[in-house]
Amino acid sequence: MRQENGVVRVLANWAGVLPFLLFAALFLILPTTNIILGAFRGPDGEFTFANIANLAQPRLVASFWLSINLSLFSALLGVIAGFLVAAAVTQGNLPPRLRAGILTFSGVAANFAGVPLAFAFIATLGRLGLVTVILREWFGVNIYTMGFNLITFWGLIFVYLYFQMSLMILIITPALDGLKKEWREAAEILGATGGQYWRMVALPVLFPALLGSFALLFANSFGAIATAQALTGSSQSLITIQLFAQIRGDVLQDPSIGYAIALAMIVITGVANTIYIVLRARSEKWIR
Amino acid sequence: MTATIHPARSRPRNLWSWITFGLAVAYFAVPLIGMFEFSLRKRRDVYSLDAYASVLNDPQFQSTFLFSVVMAIVTVIFGIALVLPAALWVRIRLPRLRPLIEFITLLPLVIPVIVIAFGYIRMFNTSSFLPMTGSAMSTNVLLSFGYVTLALPYMYRAIDNGLRTLDVQTLTEAAQSLGAGWMTILVRVMLPNVFSAVLSGAFLTFSIVLGEYVFAALLDRPAFGPYMVAIGGNQAYEPAALAVIAFAITWGCMVLIQLAERLAPHNRAKR
Repeated sequence: MRQENGVVRVLANWAGVLPFLLFAALFLILPTTNIILGAFRGPDGEFTFANIANLAQPRLVASFWLSINLSLFSALLGVIAGFLVAAAVTQGNLPPRLRAGILTFSGVAANFAGVPLAFAFIATLGRLGLVTVILREWFGVNIYTMGFNLITFWGLIFVYLYFQMSLMILIITPALDGLKKEWREAAEILGATGGQYWRMVALPVLFPALLGSFALLFANSFGAIATAQALTGSSQSLITIQLFAQIRGDVLQDPSIGYAIALAMIVITGVANTIYIVLRARSEKWIR
Repeated sequence: MTATIHPARSRPRNLWSWITFGLAVAYFAVPLIGMFEFSLRKRRDVYSLDAYASVLNDPQFQSTFLFSVVMAIVTVIFGIALVLPAALWVRIRLPRLRPLIEFITLLPLVIPVIVIAFGYIRMFNTSSFLPMTGSAMSTNVLLSFGYVTLALPYMYRAIDNGLRTLDVQTLTEAAQSLGAGWMTILVRVMLPNVFSAVLSGAFLTFSIVLGEYVFAALLDRPAFGPYMVAIGGNQAYEPAALAVIAFAITWGCMVLIQLAERLAPHNRAKR
């Protein structure tokens, strides 16, 4: 073997990871740290909590609240719907081909978010959308005079469900596959009904996975912006839309408030993701 | 199996499964049918492909789409060049760095995209130490760096999964004893072996980058995402046509991922 001196060996040891670490530091860690520090920096560079305190203005509180509510409900519905679908295709004696089909499609739908998704729903349930028109002309039902509108809180949730439910199907299917047949058989031999089996065996085992998925879906929807922006313009002023406008310089007189908004968003998605990661580790104990 | 024990009980279970499945299919399929039907309505009273023709002939569409495709390709190549050596080094030389590297690759999922983009604007503006937003070209580079960052979780996991199925240590030593340098090992030994894993990471990255909106809009680059938003604001049928095109591309990428995974060596060995 070739003789190497210390420096060369250290360099060779680190040559593969060094570019990666440098890149991550420069284009991920530092920009984020910069934002976090900015949240505590006053106009003259001094340390202050004033920016954070400024978050208490009603308009921002309302936006945070809207985003949190939207994420909570879309995550909750996504967890329930995705779980039911995944349970149907894994445990429901359906032909295996349907299961493969749903999983593949979920992979597509989970990535079919953003602007095109908004267009698809406008074309379907907008004022001239296919379903709206069919209901009106064939069944005489005008959903818009009945109070339906896609550009509302619940309309947005209905659209978000598209990628939330798909993501849920993708992450919960492995957990459902981990439910052992023996557990169900044991429960049935002891006289349990299907409902009792789910309530007393399967759901407790799956609980960490379900809660973890909920946290992940929450974060997934909390950080989203493109779908809402393309669908509603800025009529639903989510916190992401507020921050977007702030960065572009459209609104909010005080520029440092942007840092505080960003920091609060990191904290919220950070907590949600930590819950997800911790609970995923816990659920993997049971389900292998 | 349970059906043979309790034939009576499995039937309602099956019925509920079919109902749930049917509802899911309806929810998934109706918006797709809706957007497709809508995209054909541009000409009065008759279905036509006019909306597609209008989109495809729009020079703005051509230039933004091309821009995003080039961006996606650059991102994929740069991402592989960055992640493959790191993942390999963690396996053979610096296993104690694994938790750190995994933590870093998870961060882009934790930090909202808009926050990262905000950080870029603040850190690389024209009065900073690295004024990357100064010219169009350097802003493009910055945008592709942003996309590499977004792709890190998917890229790293795909490549690391690929390396897991290999005996990396033996391959490296064998190559070294034949006189290969690190470049040769990376490009001619590891890359072909993890090619299918790399491909599935690459297609996922490609489909994410192609329609990405926040980064491109905030860095003010003429990409496909912002173009779609602009069209959505001022035209009726073209957005639906764009959505069909975007869906077809997403679908194509997912199909290619599945094909790539079918090519993976550990799957091949089983058959």
